[in-house]
Amino acid sequence: MTKQLQLLRKRNRSETRFRLYGLWTIVVVLTLLGLMLVSIGIRGSSVFQKAFFHVEIEFAQKDIPYDPLHPQESLRKVNFRELIYNSIQHPDTLQRNHIQQLISPGAEIMLYNRVLKKPDMIGGKYFVWIQASDDVDYFLKHPEIKNKPALERRLSDAQMDYLSEQAAIGTLKRKFNWQFFTNGDSRSPELAGIKAALVGSFFTILVTLMLAFPLGIAAAVYIEEFAPRNRFVRFIELNINNLASVPSIVFGLLGLMVFINVMGMPRSSSIVGGLTLAMMIMPTIFIATRSALHTVPKTISRAAEALGASRVQVVFHHKVPLALPGILTGTILGVARALGESAALLMIGMVAFVVDAPTSPRDPATVLPVQIFNWARNPEQGFEDHTAAAIMVLLLFLMVMNVGAIYIRKKFEHRW
Amino acid sequence: MAINGIGFELVFFATSLMVVISVVIALGLITPSNHTFLKSFSARNLTSISIVVLLSSILPQFYFLYNEKESFVRWGWVFLISVGLSVILWIIYNRTHFRTRRRVVENIVRGFLLFAAVLAVFITFAIAFSLIYEAVKFFQFVPIMDFLVGTRWSPSAVGDNGLGHFGAVPLFAGTFLITGIAMLIAIPAGLMSAIYLSCYANNRTRDVVKPLLELLAGIPTVVYGFFALVAISPLLQTLGQSVGLPIAAESALGVGIVMGFMIIPYVASLSDDMVSSVPKVLKEGSLALGATYSETIKQVIVPAAFPGIMASFLLAMSRAVGETMIVVMAAGYSARMTFNPLEAVTTVTVQIVSLLTGDQEFSSPKTLAAFALGLMLLLITLTLNMIAMRIVRHYREKYD
Repeated sequence: MTKQLQLLRKRNRSETRFRLYGLWTIVVVLTLLGLMLVSIGIRGSSVFQKAFFHVEIEFAQKDIPYDPLHPQESLRKVNFRELIYNSIQHPDTLQRNHIQQLISPGAEIMLYNRVLKKPDMIGGKYFVWIQASDDVDYFLKHPEIKNKPALERRLSDAQMDYLSEQAAIGTLKRKFNWQFFTNGDSRSPELAGIKAALVGSFFTILVTLMLAFPLGIAAAVYIEEFAPRNRFVRFIELNINNLASVPSIVFGLLGLMVFINVMGMPRSSSIVGGLTLAMMIMPTIFIATRSALHTVPKTISRAAEALGASRVQVVFHHKVPLALPGILTGTILGVARALGESAALLMIGMVAFVVDAPTSPRDPATVLPVQIFNWARNPEQGFEDHTAAAIMVLLLFLMVMNVGAIYIRKKFEHRW
Repeated sequence: MAINGIGFELVFFATSLMVVISVVIALGLITPSNHTFLKSFSARNLTSISIVVLLSSILPQFYFLYNEKESFVRWGWVFLISVGLSVILWIIYNRTHFRTRRRVVENIVRGFLLFAAVLAVFITFAIAFSLIYEAVKFFQFVPIMDFLVGTRWSPSAVGDNGLGHFGAVPLFAGTFLITGIAMLIAIPAGLMSAIYLSCYANNRTRDVVKPLLELLAGIPTVVYGFFALVAISPLLQTLGQSVGLPIAAESALGVGIVMGFMIIPYVASLSDDMVSSVPKVLKEGSLALGATYSETIKQVIVPAAFPGIMASFLLAMSRAVGETMIVVMAAGYSARMTFNPLEAVTTVTVQIVSLLTGDQEFSSPKTLAAFALGLMLLLITLTLNMIAMRIVRHYREKYD
């Protein structure tokens, strides 16, 4: 008897153990997921908030020899750094030099861009928010570094006193870093932004959607509703199912070969990217549409047929509208995949360094994931934070799309 | 430039046409017969809709092309022609009998649907053709056997025949090393979480955990690449240093771990389907005989679902083989023949990317080699996929 009891106990123990393994796996996987997201969040969040000085800068006519015919050339000669430095008032010259080092090197380029856009500023005196260096940013976030020994921090006592003073009167503040959204790519991390990538992504997805949405649905409707059951149709079916598993890099090779090599479209343009991605997500939309059509009960089409509707009318008046939530969900998920895709776009040369946002799908463009890739392999230190910040923006877009898809599914789903 | 322009216009024209037709299909067919002139302009009328849609689909393209004068003029012609065609269609449409109209429209619709389905097949053929075409050109430079069994890969070096060395074996070895590490992580994790979710977890847990696991599949791979690059690989390196193991910064281990993490949901979701499609009678029979839950799972459910589970492994593996961004960002670029997971290896996809990015000309052996590698990649993933599909189909038939 005791032997049996022992055996039973052993079996129960192994049962508990097995159950715990399962629980453990899930906990570990979800913890890793959380760690990944949190580590990206921590790195990225510093990009969205930056320290800025509020200074009054005199744009004197004599300092800025502006030529309306060649605005860029003439402004490039201007020493904007000097303008910023002159605006800093401090009785002690040595201290003034130390304080000048607190200005970010990107500030002068910011000023250049501003004057280029609004040349009528020249001759006036304006209050401007000037970006401070990363050390200042760090000090504002962690004021406790004051208490550290002087060798372990990068700011001197005088500098920190100045910063505290400025922060107290409100001329030094951490503000939302709009530049990250309004600038294109740049060689220096302070100025790099994702505007060009966002616009490129927009054009690419637009082209993708315009092609893949109608084509994917039409192919699915044909196979599911109209096609005779013969070999050719089964072949098409098999084909599309297999297309869904083809690695995205192969679609990139196809895009390179067909659109760039044979059709001669420009490299790196969003139209080629959009076409390539359209081929990639068409199977996704196809499969979603088919299964959505499949769940619509036969009684509906029977009823429509009994009232004299033709086949096309049955399908497009009754089945497709009822299947629409499923179709839209599949489409959103497909587009989300296209939005996060980068391997296929590397193949068609969308790794270009793009400073200005493209104005048409024919312009050289980059997309958000490729921008992330480019920044991630940039050895310069500041770009790591930028990469994480761009990832946060990308994940935000994807999250909105996925939540939208879930909402549509929950709201409109029919249970037959 | 001429070809360039024509290519664009064809594409744009086809796009607008497709948008028109699809919207017409969606809306225009609700038309009952209405004969009065004014009513024929109503939103339900097929042709007026098509004109509206044509306009609205072409107008944004004007915006895209506004900075190029020449194409603006060309597009003006395309636009005029399509408007003219629409008007003619509209006149014909309004003068024909209701039944004829319906028949004509339905045939157009069917034709378009068939066209879309055939286009999907065309994509497959285009992939196969372009890869094979370029690969054949490549094999004129490099004998096919050198490519398949050669163990030295250095496309930039100059060998005896004036070309680089194109032996692909190290690339495949690297690919399968990384895939193997990924599978070692993804198989137990995916299978255990699938079993836990479908056999043990209550509904509330399942509703929370399942979307979270699917989230893993929705995260772009470039994000995983970044994670491997800045978190996992440095972590492994420090760990290795602390125990005196030399771990390369771009070690196969780090890449494999992150990739395994990425493919967990692919294993989990299909395994979950397979486990829950095992007939209840099997499970209940086993429980009635006094087996514990874990014994039932290990000895009844998993063996019954085994083919399906295998299929999920194969599908996950085909994902891992074709995965690009993680390896491009975190694996090495130089080919090395090794099975040591602590060293840096390179993969097929990394080499395709490195051969094709940057300045290049078509029909140089280096560019062509990328297509040959792509062909091999396609063959491998297709084979894995076909086998998996076949297993799943047989399995479904068995229990349906």
